[in-house]
Amino acid sequence: MQHQSQPMPDPDSDDTNVAVRVDRISKIFQGNEDEVRALDEVSVSIRRNEFFTLLGPSGCGKTTLLRVIAGFEPPTMGALYLGGRDISRLPPNQRPVNTVFQNYALFPHMSVANNIAFGLEMLGKSKGEIQTTVYDMLKLVQMEHLKARRTSEISGGQQQRVALARALAPQPEVLLLDEPLSALDLKLRRDMQIELKRLQHETGITFIFVTHDQEEALTMSDRIAVMSAGKILQVGTPREIYERPAERFVANFIGESNFLDAALSGGAVRLKAGGPAFAATPPKGVADGEVSILVRPEHGRVRMGAATEGELPATISNVVYSGEATTVHLRLATGETFKAKMSNTPAEDGGSMVQGAEAALSIAPGAVTVLKD
Amino acid sequence: MAQAPDTPLAPGALEHELEQADSRSRWLLSLPAIVIITLFATAPLLVMVLYSFLTPGDYGNVIWKFSTEGWTNVLMQRDIFDDTLIWADAHLSIFWRSVKLSLITTLLTLIFGLPTAWFVATRPKGQRELWLFLVTVPFWTNLLVRTIAIQELIRAEGVINNVLIFLHIIDEPIQMMFTDFAIGFGMTYVYLPLMVLPVYAAVEKLDFRLVEAAHDLYASRWTAFRRIILPMIKPGIIAGSILVFIPCLGAYVTPRVLGGGKNLMFGNLIELQFGAGRNWPLGAALSFTLMAIVMVALVYYVRLTSREEKTDV
Repeated sequence: MQHQSQPMPDPDSDDTNVAVRVDRISKIFQGNEDEVRALDEVSVSIRRNEFFTLLGPSGCGKTTLLRVIAGFEPPTMGALYLGGRDISRLPPNQRPVNTVFQNYALFPHMSVANNIAFGLEMLGKSKGEIQTTVYDMLKLVQMEHLKARRTSEISGGQQQRVALARALAPQPEVLLLDEPLSALDLKLRRDMQIELKRLQHETGITFIFVTHDQEEALTMSDRIAVMSAGKILQVGTPREIYERPAERFVANFIGESNFLDAALSGGAVRLKAGGPAFAATPPKGVADGEVSILVRPEHGRVRMGAATEGELPATISNVVYSGEATTVHLRLATGETFKAKMSNTPAEDGGSMVQGAEAALSIAPGAVTVLKD
Repeated sequence: MAQAPDTPLAPGALEHELEQADSRSRWLLSLPAIVIITLFATAPLLVMVLYSFLTPGDYGNVIWKFSTEGWTNVLMQRDIFDDTLIWADAHLSIFWRSVKLSLITTLLTLIFGLPTAWFVATRPKGQRELWLFLVTVPFWTNLLVRTIAIQELIRAEGVINNVLIFLHIIDEPIQMMFTDFAIGFGMTYVYLPLMVLPVYAAVEKLDFRLVEAAHDLYASRWTAFRRIILPMIKPGIIAGSILVFIPCLGAYVTPRVLGGGKNLMFGNLIELQFGAGRNWPLGAALSFTLMAIVMVALVYYVRLTSREEKTDV
């Protein structure tokens, strides 16, 4: 974490630290009658050795951005830099960038080993070097025993590993991963998440990972870019994105959210529904007055009985038990709803809540985030 | 099955009976197919086998007298003076000419057909049917008519020569009719759709993401074509080559119209025996020789081309 008292130079302004710089790239697809703006002046810098995730719903432009970086789609406008070099016009086979495709795109007429060797062969490596690298890669993804198999004869998880090994073998500067885990079942997916983190750590290659799964993004990434409608809404660490989302869309897309109306004045937020004033740093461009604020469900605490000083009066409208936690649905004095997630530990005991009863809600200090919209 | 319905059946007897009924109905159901195959494929072939071992009649047809003359005449001739068998390579040289021309034609249809199939397969989904229809349009016209149309193009006073003379590119018409060029040109035109269609089917199924993956792994366009696309569409190319090569080898309308009398192909040779030559047994023997060679060559070709890329890492 950066110290806020000590102003540091922006790490992204220095090209030696940046693996990929996307500079105001737009991509417009020409339809029959209309045009689709898949990317709208997107700018982002991805640092070296970073696990960077592009997160967003389908159609947000994340895959298009990945394809622009890979070289499959020329950008309509803007420029793309790799290690400070403008590669916007280079064809994909001249970019030191490799891709793990969503459906793996393994060559079905070749063996596992020949798939992995393909990129090295194309680079004109010597036979001895190819053999050594292929062997190393097979070991890295634990597939030595299946090297002679055809790619149609191995399971989905194994195909996934081969696709990874094939893309890593030429030692690219940047590895692009297009929703590589989406075809796997939940358990395999969890394993591969850890595996991917390990591979990134061991190889030291910059990973750019595309996903629509917010949990995947939060657990794996060093930094996340949240995208919507061809734009990047926010870039930050998983913690920043989750705890300090800049916009309602980001908050809504990642995790569960309570949105409440409030009034902002001089760095203090007062909820319409009552309770104390909260200290909050509003994002740039938000003036004093009416604002929307976000409170995550786990930051609300519910107590049966009438509200006292510092609490918000509420009525329990529903109690949902889900194993390790209980979600208490509340109706506040303003008619707004609030979901509070309480763990089922003896200390917090969400299980004691009674539907229809009067309750008091307290919100943890520092848990209030002012949103841009 | 003399068993009365109410007597208890021995264990397994019912199953046995059901099985028999099952196989009976299966026979009954496949009967139409068997009749059709016998009537239209097996029987004519058997008739030809029979004919090849009979004696030619004076006015065509056959005389019911056993003879192996039809088969010996495939490669040999009787000396007209002392009736000894002497080696004759006339049929063999015609056969080689046919093979050569058929191979060239197959290659040409591939050279023209592959880009055509590629073009059609890469059109947007709604447009492909139209392009495919256009490819098959020549099929709607009679072969003879189409061949004569080609003659109109390439003959001495034909369209091509007239245009070239008009443009002062040549002074005298080029002799194209009655050459091997004419036959190759005509057969390429006639059999092109037979190459385009199977290759189109293969290209249409091609997963273009594999091509992207190859480019991503530093393959140039040409290398991606050679290492990824070509192996993937090979079944279509093999099918197309077979569909073109075999009818080419037996073609007789096109060589006859465009090649004239002296540029015989094997198809013409066979036709000749059943027509002016009045030697049906020889014609039948020649047909079977051709068929046998084609079958052996086919098996060899398919084996050769369907070999998988070997693992060498």
